[in-house]
Amino acid sequence: MSAVLPPAAPLPAAPPGPLREFWIAFSANKGAVMGLAVVTFLLLLALFAPWVAPHAPDVTNSAAFLRPPAWQEGGSAQYLLGTDAIGRDILSRLIFGSRLSLSIGIAVVLIAVAIGIALGLVAGFARGLTEIAIMRFMDILLTLPSLLLAIVIVAILGPGLVNAMLAVAVVVLPHYVRITRAAVIAETSRDYVTAARVSGAGTLRLMFSEVLPNCAAPLIVQASLGVSTAILDAAALGFLGLGAQPPSPEWGTMLADAREFVLRAWWVVTFPGLMILVAVLAFNLLGDGLRDALDPKLKR
Amino acid sequence: MLRFILTRLSLVIPTFFGMTLLAFFLIRLVPGDPIETMAGERGIDPARHARLVQEYGFDQPVLVQYGVYIGRVLKGDLGKSIITQAPVVSEFGALFPATIELALCAIVFALLLGIPAGIVAAVKRNSVFDHGVMATSLTGYSMPIFWWGLLLILLFSVQLGWTPVSGRLSVQYYIEPKTGFLLVDSLLSDEKGAFLSALKHLVLPAIVLGTNPLAVIARMTRSAMLEVLGEDYIRTARAKGLPPLRVVGVHALRNALIPVITVIGLQVGVLFTGAILTETIFSWPGVGKWLIEAINRRDYPVLQGGMLLLGVVVMSVNLLVDVAYGLINPRIRQGGH
Repeated sequence: MSAVLPPAAPLPAAPPGPLREFWIAFSANKGAVMGLAVVTFLLLLALFAPWVAPHAPDVTNSAAFLRPPAWQEGGSAQYLLGTDAIGRDILSRLIFGSRLSLSIGIAVVLIAVAIGIALGLVAGFARGLTEIAIMRFMDILLTLPSLLLAIVIVAILGPGLVNAMLAVAVVVLPHYVRITRAAVIAETSRDYVTAARVSGAGTLRLMFSEVLPNCAAPLIVQASLGVSTAILDAAALGFLGLGAQPPSPEWGTMLADAREFVLRAWWVVTFPGLMILVAVLAFNLLGDGLRDALDPKLKR
Repeated sequence: MLRFILTRLSLVIPTFFGMTLLAFFLIRLVPGDPIETMAGERGIDPARHARLVQEYGFDQPVLVQYGVYIGRVLKGDLGKSIITQAPVVSEFGALFPATIELALCAIVFALLLGIPAGIVAAVKRNSVFDHGVMATSLTGYSMPIFWWGLLLILLFSVQLGWTPVSGRLSVQYYIEPKTGFLLVDSLLSDEKGAFLSALKHLVLPAIVLGTNPLAVIARMTRSAMLEVLGEDYIRTARAKGLPPLRVVGVHALRNALIPVITVIGLQVGVLFTGAILTETIFSWPGVGKWLIEAINRRDYPVLQGGMLLLGVVVMSVNLLVDVAYGLINPRIRQGGH
């Protein structure tokens, strides 16, 4: 019982700042770091597409229809991943396609987050009938199968990239509204909000500069996971012929074009889908990592 | 218990009316004159146009039109397809069994693989198998299933020639529909080989449609098992000297399955979303393919009715899951919502 206690570990000089703390938690997750790396790579690819891509995305070569990838018999180094049915370079189209898919993913999430925060704040602050109306409407949107709703919206607005983005944004909207409302209700009962209210802060000030910053963590997590959903849903619409229209090199649209060649040209079908999978997987890994790092409560 | 069910039912009714509102107004957003849209490119003479406007009630105020619409919907009249002139409800009824059969097989596939994988991953936590299950499940969750379907066709139908590329049954067979489920009907019929043909047609679409639910179920089973395995009663069961298989298979699994069942209930919407894509790829004659064809033909009554019907199906299944959950778990029942 009289054993000497081990010397206490020296206290760290200062606690790590919030950013550093976040990075320590985030980088412990290998998958998340990998996701971040892939996302960064895709962003760079999209940004520098005209310089990276060996060909223009829509230049056709009538001498090279359905040319297989370079490593296969009949392929050439000129077209690393082969060409499609009208002689366009698949690699270049994929690289330019990353511009479309990433901007779709990010734009959809931005639209949904902006509207979702607004509706969620209103529902959380107003309560009563307004809240019931907003939340019931969100329940209805959630009840309908997501792609079905998106398809109906696009069918009505007309197929195209912008309408597909709007449709997907409507479909994912309920998640953001629910998260914001739940966070607002949890936060408004806290003392700091009461203090701000007592010292005369108006509703708008309470909403945006007191409560909203404290709801950021779950919204950031949902947004990063939401990018992957948006890319996937927009690609699905493209595949059904309702999203970006040919000859745009959107990955889902490319797959739709390639469908009839599935029997004789595996590469026109394989690579666009692989890009969708890689992008979606990367954003999912990133989102999982962000969730674990930002919100330890949610960690499983 | 009755009170609990009534509360749930009362929540469903406004959702239903909300859905009819959505279906009613979304279709009104279609640009242009609805009668001319219905007439299509052939055009229509003014007398017939005026008669149709009156017949469909387009000359009435919007609210009255909605009232008429609701009245028809409640009587089970969702209008007629512009193309085939058949009632939307009967077309849906004829095609829905194909979708159900596909969805059921998909969920069975997901359960048969997902639950054991999740259990083993949880029991052997941090093993290679566990990491493998988690990685596979994340991939399955991120999978664009329309591409996954094409890949499977490429491998199993084109390269290996094991399965047909599309449809529900080879053309040489004719099966009188009794239940609408071809697997059952072909067994009941005298046609030899029809069952095998139906099964071969079903395998790939069911795998494709089951991939997303499989990933979710495996993940959910694993995390629910991990939670339960840390409980005191599991330690007690182990301490009593029960064989590990009994502890995991009986004591732990029973409790871990509750959240898993909820997740399965929530997969219904996911399954219908997937069915739209899967049916399109495999030319599976179900409601998903029907809806996509309706879009291409600008058949708005089919779109409107189909959306409402699928919404009602999802809503009813969610309600059933809710009620079943209340039956299993008294805490939910008494805790209100």
